[in-house]
Amino acid sequence: MPWRIAVGLKDGVRDARGERVRREIREHLGIELTSVRTIDIYTVDADLSDEEVAAAAAGPFSDPVIQEFAINAPLAGDFDILIEVGFRPGVTDNVGRTSREAIQYLTGRPFASGEGVYTSVQYLLKGVCEEEAAERIAAGFLANALIQRWTIIPAARFDRVRGVPVTVPRVVVGAPPQIREIDLDVSDEALMQISREGMLALNLEEMKKLQSYASDPALGKARARVGLGSRLTDGELEALAQTWSEHCKHKIFSARIEYRDEHGKSETIDSLFKTYIVGATRDIRARLGDRDFCLSVFKDNAGVIRFNDDWSLVFKVETHNSPSALDPYGGALTGIVGVNRDGVGTGMGARLIFNTDVFCFASPFYDKPLPQRLLHPRRIFEGVVEGVEHGGNKSGIPTVNGSLVFDERFVGKPLVYCGTAAIMPAKLNGKPSHEKRVLVGDRIVMVGGRIGKDGIHGATFSSEELHEGSPVTAVQIGDPITQRRMFDFLIVARDRGLYNSITDNGAGGLSSSVGEMSEDTGGFEMHLDRAPLKYPGLQPWEILISEAQERMTLAVPPDKLEAFIALAGEMDVEATDLGVFTDSGYYHCLYNGKTLTYLDMNFLHGGVPQMTIPAVWEVRDHREPDFPQPLDMDATLRHMLGRLNICSKEAVVRRYDHEVQAGTVLKPLVGVANDGPADAAMVRPLFDSFEGVVVSHGICPRYSDIDTYHMMACAIDEGLRNYVAVGGNIEHVAGLDNFCWCDPVKSDKTPDGEYKAAQLVRANKALYDYCVAFGVPLISGKDSMKNDYQIGETKISIPPTVLFSVIGKIDDVRTATTMDAKRPGDLVYLLGLTRDELGGSEYYALKGHLGKNVPQVDAPYAMKLFRAINRAQQAGVLASCHDLSDGGLGVALAETASAGGFGIHADLRAVKVAEPLREDAILFSESQSRFLVTVRPGHRERFEGLFSGQDVSFLGEVTADDELRLIGLSGGVLVRSSIHDLKEAWQTPLKEL
Amino acid sequence: MAKQVRAIVISGNGTNCEREVANACRLAGAEVADIVHISELLAGRVRLDDYHFLNLAGGFLDGDDLGSAKAGANRLLHAPVKGSSEHLIDQVRRFIAAGKLVLGVCNGFQLMVKMGLLPALDGDFDRQSATLTFNDGGRFLDRWVYLRVDTDSPCVFTAGLKGIYLPVRHGEGKFVTESPEILAQIETRHLAPLRYSDGEYRAATMEASFNPNGSVAGIAGVCDQTGRLFGLMPHPEAYVHRTHHPRWTREEDLPEEGMGLWLYQNAVRFIREKLL
Repeated sequence: MPWRIAVGLKDGVRDARGERVRREIREHLGIELTSVRTIDIYTVDADLSDEEVAAAAAGPFSDPVIQEFAINAPLAGDFDILIEVGFRPGVTDNVGRTSREAIQYLTGRPFASGEGVYTSVQYLLKGVCEEEAAERIAAGFLANALIQRWTIIPAARFDRVRGVPVTVPRVVVGAPPQIREIDLDVSDEALMQISREGMLALNLEEMKKLQSYASDPALGKARARVGLGSRLTDGELEALAQTWSEHCKHKIFSARIEYRDEHGKSETIDSLFKTYIVGATRDIRARLGDRDFCLSVFKDNAGVIRFNDDWSLVFKVETHNSPSALDPYGGALTGIVGVNRDGVGTGMGARLIFNTDVFCFASPFYDKPLPQRLLHPRRIFEGVVEGVEHGGNKSGIPTVNGSLVFDERFVGKPLVYCGTAAIMPAKLNGKPSHEKRVLVGDRIVMVGGRIGKDGIHGATFSSEELHEGSPVTAVQIGDPITQRRMFDFLIVARDRGLYNSITDNGAGGLSSSVGEMSEDTGGFEMHLDRAPLKYPGLQPWEILISEAQERMTLAVPPDKLEAFIALAGEMDVEATDLGVFTDSGYYHCLYNGKTLTYLDMNFLHGGVPQMTIPAVWEVRDHREPDFPQPLDMDATLRHMLGRLNICSKEAVVRRYDHEVQAGTVLKPLVGVANDGPADAAMVRPLFDSFEGVVVSHGICPRYSDIDTYHMMACAIDEGLRNYVAVGGNIEHVAGLDNFCWCDPVKSDKTPDGEYKAAQLVRANKALYDYCVAFGVPLISGKDSMKNDYQIGETKISIPPTVLFSVIGKIDDVRTATTMDAKRPGDLVYLLGLTRDELGGSEYYALKGHLGKNVPQVDAPYAMKLFRAINRAQQAGVLASCHDLSDGGLGVALAETASAGGFGIHADLRAVKVAEPLREDAILFSESQSRFLVTVRPGHRERFEGLFSGQDVSFLGEVTADDELRLIGLSGGVLVRSSIHDLKEAWQTPLKEL
Repeated sequence: MAKQVRAIVISGNGTNCEREVANACRLAGAEVADIVHISELLAGRVRLDDYHFLNLAGGFLDGDDLGSAKAGANRLLHAPVKGSSEHLIDQVRRFIAAGKLVLGVCNGFQLMVKMGLLPALDGDFDRQSATLTFNDGGRFLDRWVYLRVDTDSPCVFTAGLKGIYLPVRHGEGKFVTESPEILAQIETRHLAPLRYSDGEYRAATMEASFNPNGSVAGIAGVCDQTGRLFGLMPHPEAYVHRTHHPRWTREEDLPEEGMGLWLYQNAVRFIREKLL
């Protein structure tokens, strides 16, 4: 009989969690409760004595100062309605795992197989009596039906002796493990049915390729030797489906594209990835020659560049959009801890030094009816922010840089970008550590967490749009502590030279990690029955492709195996020998000695047919709007500062530990009150050197509505602008692209596919053109291509979005510049040229327009400016430097003044413009490659000398009077606002989120 | 070896700040600052007895899954050391009895309080009489705070200081005592050397803009009556150089050394004077 331990706060102790839940129920659902109290429930299903359970309850499970507990009796008393929320069977329960370990320490005995501790939370609500409202609270806020279950009990029906009945969410064992064969010798229609029903996400051409592979008589003999017939097994089909998935194979970026531009000129592009992304880096590296700082690009889990003679830098950014749409918390948590494994699993392994995150949401204040199966943007916001908070903070990695981007279309699919950087010694045991190689005979060793049904079909699921049948098992929940233990162990194992190669288990699980590693040797033999499981009852193919988290796969030489396993055991990390890397040419998996898969490695990795995608670009009829300039420019400036894409994100920033590891020398918030928006982050990763890493990004999906070519160019310029603004060296910087697109393949579901594909082509062309022009190599990246929502007649496609992340170096962090005005009397300058470029701007969006004149980038012009800024920073003549982006000059002036705590008096007549502009256009144009800087009067000559021949506008000066005062074109006062009012307008919108 | 100041930082199971704590110890003058994974201690290969200064670093022991540091405290109290008849806690008790120093920062402070090592009134190290629980705001918070020093405190680490500026980074930092009597004892014996205060370090405050979690009497750090055991929520190891200060690019007269380093320098000085 399982025990139920209830732990609650003593009378009179403030329940901060309950209060927060009460507040959020009011904000999310508009239901006003009198109070919410919470009780933690531990359901202990193990062979223990009453005394042992009592000791656990009184010891690790409760805090004697503020909590009380009850065993097999309720603590809940005073409430109107009780809601208990627990996990569904098989969902990762981190607290349950820790509880089990705590009991094991107490008793000194390990739990037996099948025993466990399961946790749930009771919410005691007062001020609500209708069960219907309680149901809304449970389903609409407290629980996510995909991963959790709940019980609602009104006070009148509550059993005051026994409490809530015991439920043990043990996983029910289904059919015994077996290997099924699938007959592919069927009609096209039946083939597609197999693909659909099996969640394989393969198209007809691909299914037919499998059909002909299976029936190839030449393979028959080899298959017969291992006991297989001419039908593919379920394991083979699943392994092929995930290896060939869009998620893993990037079929769209590898496709042959027939592109036609607006003049009808046609060209064939054989792989966007090879042509534009790999191509750019190749050309740049050739040009850099001896100065090439790239070490490992595109071939590993992350890119690697040189930091100094002794250390190399690792960087990767991933997306985790689809899982975050279904379970924002678990999806985002998995996103961050997942990308962390990319960093750790690069080369021979690296130590993580910081995280970045960029989220794209619909407005949290969205007030229209929500399409079916979608969560409210506010829930997504809260869940994603919390997931990344737990993932990053608990892993001890500072989150130093990020953005929140808002657009109504992200209601269909939120975008969750998680990035991570790591550092590795340039050499390990005399060999470059960014390289690795599996040798024939190395053991396949899986390390870390156990395998469950979590994340099955994650890779294929995210290769489709979100639809009604999207599987619940695609959701995973990360476990930062199991992962942290594993990382601690891996660094020790690396330094002792105990393995030859390492990679992470992400999408596709073992199938993918072992499959990829075995390309070094040309085959492997893996015994899936040896893999440690979370619970019994998994089918062999499920073990193969499960995406259960916190696992890495290593190639361990046989003579190091014993030492490797022993070290793992001592550090509380599970490590299991699953088989051996071979040169057989076959992907060979067995279960209890029976062959599950026997696939030709060449077919598996090279057999996927190349898609052909038509792309037709057309210039759409956009126009510049016609409206009068607002009379009250102070109010307009305040409205601009309060726009979601511009306003302060401090409430989110402060939930992320941005200083752990003590290397963050430029924090996300700067200025006199520690609340101004930093342009980029700077980290000093080594305690004995003042060299720093600078990280920033650019993202501007609004411009995609006019032309994705310029969207891409602006994202690159913005990323570099932010980087240079704080002092990043423009000669030592790399880029990383993350494409998030809507489905660009023309079909019945996507009739405008040709246009969307052309948008994709144009973004790639700009990526090549501008990276080459700036000399910024791309070192890694990722694409997520099916960011659409389609249920019934409703289709929502996200705006084409590229996150351009930037990482590079500063030789001495002490020369860094921040964006806040430093002292009265400093001179205020604008660097760069202002044009009539408000198309896609925040200002036009405020006025309800899109416009036509999207900002364009002149790379040689910008490069000259970036270099001069670097020189000025090294000479110490910039007191502050702030990049102009969303909201242009007006927003930058307000931010620099209010972050510094001083006024600015400036004259707009001094602004250098390319053509005559209205005052509102001067203030809010989003022309690229511009900076607002302040300079000490004593440095004036030096400063102007450094920028001679460039567009430098002397606007005015920093003042002691707390006032932003702008002179308009007529010579009169156009803006006169207190910097405190401006700051309030900027801080208010997202203050409470 | 006899003349070396030897510091140990325990790592593993979710500690996060071990590297910067060891760095702070070294910068403060400790000749040895070893980061030791707890598995090394439990395997019996490393013993606390060989050190003078035990550092319990910040982090999320076991994810704080059962409440901050609860599962970690359970481990330290019950984990046996291989090849001997003792538990790790026996080494900790011997360390304390030998007059050595223990510093717990953030999760390390939570760990000390939940093990009963702080405030340990009248030397009772086995009973938990206070706790650290969820911030009043209900959320994790990364922010810098002003800390007023109680100059009458026996605390070894804060000796000679008046006020320091440090970051807090926690979700469960609200200090609460079992009873008003315990709080009164802490106050009358000056066992709360650090209190959240205004920017001029004038007085302890409950004002949310300065006291980030609602700790009673603004208490940010607590020591035992010997002053050798000390725990605090803010992170002194996170401000050992001027570039750690959030406004170092605008405050021109900041000294090269950060204020957090002072705590470690006091520890090293004490060890040199009393333990070597």
